[in-house]
Amino acid sequence: MPGQTIVEKVLSHASGHPVRAGDITIAKVDLSYVQDGTGPLTFRQMEKMDLVKAANPSRSVVFIDHSSPPPRKELATDHVYLRQFAERTGMVLSDVGNGVCHQVAFEQFVRPWDVVVGADSHSVMGGAMGAFATGMGSTDVAVALALGKTWLRVPESLRFEIGGRFDRGVFAKDLILKVIGDIKTDGATYMAMEWGGPAVAAMPMTERMVLSNMAIEAGGKCGPQPSDAETKRYLKEHGREDAWKPVVPDPDARYEHVFRYDVKDLEPMVARPPQEDNVVPVTDPSVKGLKIHQVYLGSCTNARFEDIKVFCDYLKTDRVAAGTRLIVTPASKESYVRAMKEGLFEILLDAGAVINTPGCGACPGVHLGIPGDGENVLSTTNRNYVGRMGNPMAFTYLASPATAAATAMYGVITDPREVR
Amino acid sequence: MGRAWKFGDSISTDLIAPGRYYHLRSNLPELAKHVLEDARADFATNVKAGDFVVGGRNFGKGSSREHAPLIIKLAGTRAVLAKSFARIFYRNCINIGLPAIVVDTERIDEGNDLEIDLEKGIVRNRTKGTELTFPPLPAVMARILEEGGLVEYIKNHGDLVIASG
Repeated sequence: MPGQTIVEKVLSHASGHPVRAGDITIAKVDLSYVQDGTGPLTFRQMEKMDLVKAANPSRSVVFIDHSSPPPRKELATDHVYLRQFAERTGMVLSDVGNGVCHQVAFEQFVRPWDVVVGADSHSVMGGAMGAFATGMGSTDVAVALALGKTWLRVPESLRFEIGGRFDRGVFAKDLILKVIGDIKTDGATYMAMEWGGPAVAAMPMTERMVLSNMAIEAGGKCGPQPSDAETKRYLKEHGREDAWKPVVPDPDARYEHVFRYDVKDLEPMVARPPQEDNVVPVTDPSVKGLKIHQVYLGSCTNARFEDIKVFCDYLKTDRVAAGTRLIVTPASKESYVRAMKEGLFEILLDAGAVINTPGCGACPGVHLGIPGDGENVLSTTNRNYVGRMGNPMAFTYLASPATAAATAMYGVITDPREVR
Repeated sequence: MGRAWKFGDSISTDLIAPGRYYHLRSNLPELAKHVLEDARADFATNVKAGDFVVGGRNFGKGSSREHAPLIIKLAGTRAVLAKSFARIFYRNCINIGLPAIVVDTERIDEGNDLEIDLEKGIVRNRTKGTELTFPPLPAVMARILEEGGLVEYIKNHGDLVIASG
């Protein structure tokens, strides 16, 4: 019998028997969560099923992050319902100001070998912990919350074997944009995007998270990664060292395809509208020098403390360019407080930034930075669909925090390698 | 019988249920008035009960919002047909009892009169007098769809009891 991929191993463990790609299985769920955009529907479905309970309350989390604090009474009233439901069922509540569900879940809840089901597509970020983490709709998550299990087809895996060392100014965001540009937004549909190789092993956890986070942008079901010494270090840093266990794929695991990348030649990349696979190097004439009205540093993809730090390191100016707004929305309270304590707020505020409450902010187009008609946004987020940031008449370009900083300096899309 | 409403490739959930209407998510009839409006402004106002949404590749890409298939269904759509679907959207369709059919939609034109036979796996194009076949759903999804969706399924069985059939 050939060896197993990471996803086959984790789902075998969760199924209580060995499973292979293509098998249909019922897996126990170790962590389930909803956010304020999907939670109200999830809970109404639980009421309809007459299953107003949590199978595992301390591992069931209600995040208020998408409209946080709420900009409208309808959303505030949804929050009332969510808080009441959490109280009734004993679920954990992560309220206004705590941050984006995936980020807070990663800091506080996700463990190696877990099966994680979140009612939000970027739940795939949990894969960076050596977990099987996937996004599902409200009704599937309702069942996972109430029964502590879900049905799954075990996905085939694509292996992304990454070698080389990143050049200055080039980051995991540039790698994932390059990959999505190559395989397109449905290149991994239904499959696991398994990451590995020396360049991934050398990455800090906060960079690995970017790779798993955007697996969904290629249609991936999950983005599993090994759990190793860096995973242990991250858990220890978050007071959860005892949750660490190693996860590795078998050397003879079977993959649908193995993609090999060497990052030494990788350039900073930009995804042009209207979708994530419309990718070019930052040096491409279609993007270089393009006027940007708003730079947005936010989202579960790239707004951790480390991203804010990179942004400040590349922002070699006292003030962002005239005519360009800078909006920063830290991904979590942890990142927010650390950035404040380490003096990054001063740099940002002096440069003219607006700093929002931790949460999703402008990324899903609800509030806190919706662009105007005809405006261009350079954003560290994950999607640039028509209307994604709340205005179908605006244009979003996706890039790394370093490219965002260089762009904020000059008010036009700028190669961060040119900033000294 | 119903009319085909043609859409292109890569229809995202942001096009189906735009973020600027986030506050309407607990008011689905109001949200449904805006369904797909950034892709085709004429759809929400003119779609009739029994009509079909016919997309290209990777229909429903993006977020997990189940509101997207829910408002397509609430607008009266009988089924969504596409060359391929994004995974979460596909599963959501079945869970809410909206058939999602993988078929060669190049062979369907705007306004064609369609009829679907889910059991036999046939799309009849009454305008063109042609038939398109589609593969059956995996057994577990067929059961959930037959019973009207995952809520009804759980109410019927009290549990997830899928095994292999």
